[in-house]
Amino acid sequence: MEKITRRQLLLRTALTGSASLFGSLLGARPANADSNPLLPDSPNPQTYTYFTQPEIAFLSAALARLIPTDDLGPGAHESGGVYFIDQQMASPFGRAERWYMQGPWKDGTKEQGYQLKLTPAQLYRIGIRAVDANCRSRFSGKTFAQLGTADQDQVLHDLDDGKLNLDEDAPGKDFFDMLWQNTHEGYFADPMYGGNRNFAGWKLIGFPGPRYNYVDDIGKFGKRYRQPTVGLSGRNGNIRKG
Amino acid sequence: MAKKLPSTDVVLVGFGWTASILAHELTEAGLQVLALERGGFRDTVPDFATTYIQDELRYAVRHELFEEPARETMTFRNSMDQVALPMRHLGSFMPAAGVGGAGVHWNGQTWRFLPSDFMIRTHIEQRYGKNFIPEDMTIQDWGVTYDELEPYYDKFEYLCGISGQAGNLQGKIQAGGNPFEGPRRRDYPLPPLKRSYATAKFEQAAKEVGFDPFPCPAANTSKPYKNPLGVQMGECTYCGYCEWFGCGNYSKASPQTTILPVLLKKDSFSYRTGCDVTRVNLDGSGKLARSVTYIDRQGKEYEQPADLIILCAFAQHNVHLLLVSGIGKPYDPASGEGVVGRNYAYQITSSVKVFLDDILNPFMGAGALGQGVDNFNGDNFDHGPHGFIGGGYIALWTTGGRPILQTQVPKDTPKWGGGWKKAMAENYLTSTEIATHGSVMSYRNSYLDLDPTYRDVYGNPLLRLTFDFHDNEHKMSRFITGKAAQIAQAMKPRSWYPDQRSGHYSIVPYQTTHNTGGAVMGNDPKTSVVNRYLQSWDVSNLFVMGASVFPQNAGYNPTGTVGALTYWAADAIRNKYLKNRGPLVRA
Repeated sequence: MEKITRRQLLLRTALTGSASLFGSLLGARPANADSNPLLPDSPNPQTYTYFTQPEIAFLSAALARLIPTDDLGPGAHESGGVYFIDQQMASPFGRAERWYMQGPWKDGTKEQGYQLKLTPAQLYRIGIRAVDANCRSRFSGKTFAQLGTADQDQVLHDLDDGKLNLDEDAPGKDFFDMLWQNTHEGYFADPMYGGNRNFAGWKLIGFPGPRYNYVDDIGKFGKRYRQPTVGLSGRNGNIRKG
Repeated sequence: MAKKLPSTDVVLVGFGWTASILAHELTEAGLQVLALERGGFRDTVPDFATTYIQDELRYAVRHELFEEPARETMTFRNSMDQVALPMRHLGSFMPAAGVGGAGVHWNGQTWRFLPSDFMIRTHIEQRYGKNFIPEDMTIQDWGVTYDELEPYYDKFEYLCGISGQAGNLQGKIQAGGNPFEGPRRRDYPLPPLKRSYATAKFEQAAKEVGFDPFPCPAANTSKPYKNPLGVQMGECTYCGYCEWFGCGNYSKASPQTTILPVLLKKDSFSYRTGCDVTRVNLDGSGKLARSVTYIDRQGKEYEQPADLIILCAFAQHNVHLLLVSGIGKPYDPASGEGVVGRNYAYQITSSVKVFLDDILNPFMGAGALGQGVDNFNGDNFDHGPHGFIGGGYIALWTTGGRPILQTQVPKDTPKWGGGWKKAMAENYLTSTEIATHGSVMSYRNSYLDLDPTYRDVYGNPLLRLTFDFHDNEHKMSRFITGKAAQIAQAMKPRSWYPDQRSGHYSIVPYQTTHNTGGAVMGNDPKTSVVNRYLQSWDVSNLFVMGASVFPQNAGYNPTGTVGALTYWAADAIRNKYLKNRGPLVRA
């Protein structure tokens, strides 16, 4: 049997969302394992699995507005956020595997929560297509990614405020909520999932990463904790083996 | 056709806290015990290793330790005139799946309820008069008193190695503890946890405004601890990953860290995972349970006979099982008659966000590291001028500073964009929040029944939850949030704002997993499903554990009381029921 390092195992289970250590050990190894972009040794971690090029263009532009790169540091796009969402859509989450997805389907009250027939991955596919179609009709043939930042911000605000109803099956607000939730997750999740590259999100706020022992530090009231940032797969801050 | 298996003495449905306690107690009494768990097995090694479990996305956000709505969920509506729709993914509460149950992923906030909580109707009527209780409020006494439960609270606290500071030792009020708690026979097994800066600031501020702060009782060990079963726990390292995670350090009490090392070695105990119990089967008389039916992960159906059957699943799931099995009279909100599904309750929470100038390092924490005040819980204050019933604790918890879910930004910060980013950078290390944890009373129109439309993965009807917050709860929550705001202001913040719950209850945002009722205990079979020993009034070899027996909800986390009631019931089974099998209380 091929030797699997602990780090590889962690990364592999992170990316496949496998239920347990043993589950992933027993799980089928991808046929093209050596060139699989999900594996940590890959030279190019940004080979997308789910999204198409137009979708990536939309997401790159949207994430650059939702969490912009500025003098405080890299934003969501620059820290791998689009790749993070792509990998999530290719995971059990994107397929809504844990969700109750049986009908009948009805519109509920807002207190009753999500009642769309769409998985997250389907919501992105339909939502992005609808936003781009809407932009083309409003902005003389331009897609969202081709707009200036002020217009992009306006479109995002309209989605967020529920003013842009795209399609009967993909209300703009639901699409925006999913987009913002996943952007936010990617920016602050462990870098092994593909976002938060080089700990961009964690360094922004001062979170030192998951650490084991603060017994000697918790009583040092008011003192900034100075140990270097660390992720579950080490100090590299990247999905690539460091 | 179900395959019939050889009979055993006791079958436990579920394998979390209550099942683990019962399994230990009943095997000690010489019985053969089998636990059937719908989820999988997991243990400290290898599943909760600290370099593996501290993964906020996987566990806290993607819910890996919890139940999957795809297999089993419930439908929800605010009122009877609405059509209930399925809870398609988890939100407001997080039932667990897997060995250890929610005892794996809890924070460890381990309280005793107040003596008056257990006799709430009698107490309120005596102090304020009968008219003080609204007509549609169906609160009732528990049928058991604090004094009766006290030894069992003690037993659970010593099992877990609770860190805390006594406030009332045998009637004598202790400085620095909770002066409102019921008398306890002895001190907590361990001293309080270390303080975080935020909790130290809260303590000082709460004193300044005239309240009585104390260290909240914690199932996180402040020191190494060996429990009465001989199981060793280690000192908590304040890593900040309790809630939604298993503990890799043997520092958070769970079945895995307190009971299983002893239980799993016993020949008289066995468990099976991946088993969904779908029915409790009765004999011809309808007065005795004969067996349970379960389906394994291959879809095979089994019938497991047992002399004694105990429901140890999550609160709503116990009620669901009673309803689909036709045990007890289902509750009818129109007539007010029937009992199964009656008196569902929840809790109402709020917070006050506090933005300070000092570095607080919120990521150094523990699930039950907190300072609390109990001045406005239960009936610890005069409700006369306020016109509501109930209360809650106010506490500042430093449970951790996980970056996806545990951050706050000042009011009026943009939701996204550069302004939001700047606010995150400026406030993460210097902000905190004060929580209120309020009771919810039971009402005629808050209940559980079977959904007429939606089905689970086996084709059985889903449970239907009909629930909303009532004026009484909103009034109470506004009142205690105002008290929390007084403390917040005394912390001399740059800014602060209350995050008050208003309007209808929503299944969407996480609030608390403290769902109660539906199979409530009591002294009258017309208003309770189980008697004071948690034994079914209708089927004497069936017992029901957990918060489903609470007749209404108090202003505390429920696990301490769930643990105490389980030991109380185990004692009754061992010392009363096994000697004379039959109803322990005559109806």
